[in-house]
Amino acid sequence: MSNAKPLPVITALDRGFWDHARAGRLAVQVCRNCGHAHFPASPVCPECLGDVQDWQPVSGAGTLESWAEFHRAYWPGFAADLPYTACLIRLAEGPVLVSNLVGNPEKAKLGAPVHVVFEKITDEITLPKFSLD
Amino acid sequence: MGEHAGMSNRAAVIGVGNTAYGSFPERDEYALGAQAFRSALSDAGLDKRRVDGLVVCRIGYYARMGEVLGIDPHWSLTLPPHGRMSGVGLIEAVQALATGQATTVALIYANIGRSRRVNYGGDEAPSVWDPWGFTSPGASHAMMFRRHMELYGTTTRQLAEVSIAIRHHACLNPDAVMKKPITVEDHETARPIVLPLRLLDYCLINDGAVCLILTTAERARDGRKPPVFISGFGGLDAFRRSSIANFDIDCWHDEVAVAGRESFAMAGLRHDDVDALMCYDNFSPTVLFSLEGLGYCPRGEAGRFVEGGTLKLGGRLPTNTDGGHLSNSYMQGWALNVEAVRQLRGECGARQVSGCAVVQYVQATPCTRSIVYTRG
Ligand SMILES: [Zn+2]
Repeated sequence: MSNAKPLPVITALDRGFWDHARAGRLAVQVCRNCGHAHFPASPVCPECLGDVQDWQPVSGAGTLESWAEFHRAYWPGFAADLPYTACLIRLAEGPVLVSNLVGNPEKAKLGAPVHVVFEKITDEITLPKFSLD
Repeated sequence: MGEHAGMSNRAAVIGVGNTAYGSFPERDEYALGAQAFRSALSDAGLDKRRVDGLVVCRIGYYARMGEVLGIDPHWSLTLPPHGRMSGVGLIEAVQALATGQATTVALIYANIGRSRRVNYGGDEAPSVWDPWGFTSPGASHAMMFRRHMELYGTTTRQLAEVSIAIRHHACLNPDAVMKKPITVEDHETARPIVLPLRLLDYCLINDGAVCLILTTAERARDGRKPPVFISGFGGLDAFRRSSIANFDIDCWHDEVAVAGRESFAMAGLRHDDVDALMCYDNFSPTVLFSLEGLGYCPRGEAGRFVEGGTLKLGGRLPTNTDGGHLSNSYMQGWALNVEAVRQLRGECGARQVSGCAVVQYVQATPCTRSIVYTRG
């Protein structure tokens, strides 16, 4: 296991996100009271404090807000991937999240349109990543 | 009128001390903390029995620290081991003094991360983004600086000016860890860590400890050395956007602006009055973000502002005259506050800012703070 990449520890709070990802859908948490959409998961809505929330699929479209190219492996499991690119994505539905930019990261530009792609890691875990349109 | 009416110049720093900086595998944080405490007491000419307030940061167990020092404080505060806590702790100490909860406060910070091989990323700092390999404060700063490059055309050669100026100061500081001058080419060709940041954009990791002793303005008049007053402070936290650690999509611009404005208003001072800036420099881009937030230059123009030696001794705004986190010591803001005091006392030798009367400390972090110090 020491050469593996870190896997998410799924909790009751974020199980919906990983269930959707496994089915090839990107989802964010949406408050049933005020409609606020957010990620990562929060036990209550950070806008209205409501505690009834759902995981709702989003379009998977977004814009590139920034990126960074890793030349150091903080886990041995990433050593073979160096350099790899982490990115900051603003989803069309609002939430901002971190992922990986795959495909042609050297063509990255601030504000570039991106779309989600999925990479199956294990039977349980599929990671949403992003690619330039 | 400042936001903290009546708090200006109520407290003063009367003693500062630090250990050597390096790797000390056989000494723990209590040993280093005690050494810094002894050094600050001696600097203040103070008997330890006068200390009735204790602030500890990055120290395992506050009561053990008190046991080691042989003190039972009337007031104490334990801060989490985050870099951003130095400004927080100093401001809390001022308020404890102003309200009479303590008459003399020692603030002790120790770091043993070098000898214990702390590396500030990976499994040491688990986060929701780990599966994507996104980790470490440096990566967050790389992401912020990339935005700055894209939005404003800032270049890594401009960023180099920050590391070069601060290294220049370290070369003038006998205590500093890094004492070899660097050039733009050294910066541009340094080992890439998380691009656009390279090794010379990263702070050091070293062991050491720092202590500051504060007392009320009235008591400070009787000290061994001239008091250095805390004339202004201000701050604002950015917690709502903290799911990405050590990151803010706007580079804490608005938080730094509020902190700076409050601290200047409270002190009754302006940018032009500041003789030296002590700027939290965990990564070189933080300095650019701080300059813009504080208003030393317009937003987006910090890259141009730092060109031509602006931050060097003798330049328009000498910054981190001790060598900062980048080249002196990773004391997470605490040593920068010590340097502010030493500059205002005129004790800095080859790196002394001439006629230094006002020094500003700033930390652009999820807990942003600014403190304005003046000579007594
Ligand atoms: Zn809500």
